[in-house]
Amino acid sequence: MDLTYTAEEEEFRAGLREWLAKALPALPPKPSPDDWPGRRAYDLGWQRTLYDAGYAGLHWPLDAGGRGATPVQHLIYLEETEKAGAPYVGANFVGLLHAGPTIAAEGTAGQRARWLPPVLRGEEVWCQGFSEPDAGSDLAALRTRAWRDGDDYVVSGSKIWTSHAEVADWCELLVRTDPAAPKHRGISWLAMPMDAPGITVRPLRTLAGPAEFAEVFLDEVRIPVAHRVGAENDGWRVTMVTLSYERGTAFVGEVVACRRVLGELAHAARGNGRWDDPVLRRWLGRLNAEFRALWRLTQWNVSEAGRTGGVPGVGGSVFKLRYSHARQELYDAAAEVLGPEALDLDREWTRDRLMSLSYTIAAGTSQIQRNIVAERILGLPKGR
Amino acid sequence: MDFQLTEDQRALRDGVRALLAGRFGPEPLRAAVARGGRGLDRALWRELGEAGFFSLRLPEADGGAGLGLPEAVLAFEEAGRVLLPGPLVATHLAAGEVPGAATGETVVTAVYGGLVEWLDESDAVRDGAWGPAAGGAADAVPLTSVDPLTPLHRVPGNLPTGPTGRAGPAGRAGPVGSPAPTGPPRPPDPLVTLLTAAEQLGNAARTCETAVQHARTREQFGQPIGAFQAVKHLCAQMLVRVELARAAVYAAAVTADPMDIAAARLLADDAAVRGARDCLQVHGGMGFTWESDVHLYLKRAWVRTRRGGTVTESEELLAADLLAGAGR
Ligand SMILES: Cc1cc2nc3c(=O)[nH]c(=O)nc-3n(C[C@H](O)[C@H](O)[C@H](O)COP(=O)(O)OP(=O)(O)OC[C@H]3O[C@@H](n4cnc5c(N)ncnc54)[C@H](O)[C@@H]3O)c2cc1C
Repeated sequence: MDLTYTAEEEEFRAGLREWLAKALPALPPKPSPDDWPGRRAYDLGWQRTLYDAGYAGLHWPLDAGGRGATPVQHLIYLEETEKAGAPYVGANFVGLLHAGPTIAAEGTAGQRARWLPPVLRGEEVWCQGFSEPDAGSDLAALRTRAWRDGDDYVVSGSKIWTSHAEVADWCELLVRTDPAAPKHRGISWLAMPMDAPGITVRPLRTLAGPAEFAEVFLDEVRIPVAHRVGAENDGWRVTMVTLSYERGTAFVGEVVACRRVLGELAHAARGNGRWDDPVLRRWLGRLNAEFRALWRLTQWNVSEAGRTGGVPGVGGSVFKLRYSHARQELYDAAAEVLGPEALDLDREWTRDRLMSLSYTIAAGTSQIQRNIVAERILGLPKGR
Repeated sequence: MDFQLTEDQRALRDGVRALLAGRFGPEPLRAAVARGGRGLDRALWRELGEAGFFSLRLPEADGGAGLGLPEAVLAFEEAGRVLLPGPLVATHLAAGEVPGAATGETVVTAVYGGLVEWLDESDAVRDGAWGPAAGGAADAVPLTSVDPLTPLHRVPGNLPTGPTGRAGPAGRAGPVGSPAPTGPPRPPDPLVTLLTAAEQLGNAARTCETAVQHARTREQFGQPIGAFQAVKHLCAQMLVRVELARAAVYAAAVTADPMDIAAARLLADDAAVRGARDCLQVHGGMGFTWESDVHLYLKRAWVRTRRGGTVTESEELLAADLLAGAGR
């Protein structure tokens, strides 16, 4: 067990730090959460900046245009960018963190050449069209239907909770290509251009106010068969690849952010006298233990991925379960520090508290994660 | 950075596990319970000494293995898994300090937070450095230990007293007791806290495995109870607590940082105590019997939560760390 970083790793960290110190002051001001075109431009601009500096797609394989960095280097990247206060991956989340890696792993050479470079260069935004109104946790129950018509699929149905759909260029879309097959077998994974005729996007406001996600209605949308990633009806297997990336390293930077927030909370509490409350103080102390341990668990998982060839395992579910609840508790503690101001929506912590409520739902609910841990790690029987 | 066990560390862990399975399996465990916490198995103690359990961290020149805290933590995790009885932490920390401790010839205990484990069976009392009376066991009085595998003495005037069912005999002298020092409380030795956390981790991992094993085999309503989500989710939560505690304990062993140790302690205590409770729940009525081992894991976990300073102290330490701004 070794927690010291190698000379190369430290060199990489130093170079990144130095670059961040120069790059960040040149950033434009942050757009408001409601301004989606502004957010898109901001996020893509940052991606382009990363690309020009050679930091885009660090963890992507070399033949996908990435830097083929080790999981540890990726960890350092996420740690340092977050510590420096660099922009969050934002609208590039799906493209960079799971659609891109899925195409890199499962796509043809032509598909990789078409879709991957624009993600890295900050030219195209992806969204994820998996969930449907009647297929959330039970994702394989999806009903959006695709018929073959010549070289096209003709797709009808609807998707929901699609984050960033308003500003996306592409959608990783799950469709049912064989309704007669058992439900996990008849699914295909398609790349859908969001400007195709027949697509209607209706933004949904979240409980935090702004629209983060949308409903997407599909009315006889034509998608070339060549846009299918993986074999026809083999989409469930491809989906498992996507989900493992989604739950793998997606939250690493956020643990760093939570540790920073916790420190800020303590200082705020000392500033307003709440620090004198031993109950609150001890609660913050316990949260410190929690986030320290979550960081160690991250290092453990990343080391493991480094040894097993980089694909995140079900360990991601263990992490996601604990992290999502800890994050909610962190913002409950923030409310305790803020006192009456915790009800002021103009306070960042109040908005973050509201947003934290999604963590136990999005990317697989806590109940579903517990099923995964129990069945796939502990080997308990499947049941009703 | 490669935060995984090395080949040597795996081999060490497997070696300790095999040694303990051979010498302290289910039958010796039940025999020890039957003895009611009397009669520490001296032969086993010496065997542990020969295997290097106590001298692990001593330099090779002093007859040790010259290994570090990570290795010690792996060994203590294994001891925790099987509920190995005796003042293991105190004797380990006394190796190189008290003659015979390293080889297992001498059994050394310590006062932690006003409690002394295995006082009557020990040859020496080490300063556990916590509380005003730390160091001395002269006035220690026996109490009826909740853990049948850990006899306990209390050092008077050290802990607040609550209601009690019976009065213990007053005023006894410890074997090598020195007078109780007075003065301000001193913080616990972080190594006591860390090695105890390692035992808690082993305790937690074992109860998780036991619960899963039972959930796979016990049938109700025509299927294994592990197929019921209420049971499944209890087990999943147990594993999550174990894995988080493991990451924290191993990291603390690598850094030996007092904050990492305090964090590891909080997570390991939680994993052990709640894990044992959940394990009991999964076992149903069987779990409530003396015959099942589950209660032994819970009671030992409770005893260990009293070592290495109070939970409150660890929490306060970590709170103060937030203001110090370290690590961010
Ligand atoms: C902020 C946010 C962003 C999202 N972004 C996207 C996106 O970009 N693309 C996309 O495709 N989806 C997205 N989602 C959807 C998300 O993946 C689903 O909401 C999630 O999988 C749960 O599905 P559901 O909402 O249909 O809830 P349901 O599946 O109806 O679940 C409702 C409740 O029942 C419980 N439940 C369901 N099944 C079981 C079971 N077998 N055992 C125990 N309990 C069960 C759940 O845990 C939950 O508590 C997003 C969601 C959120 C909140």
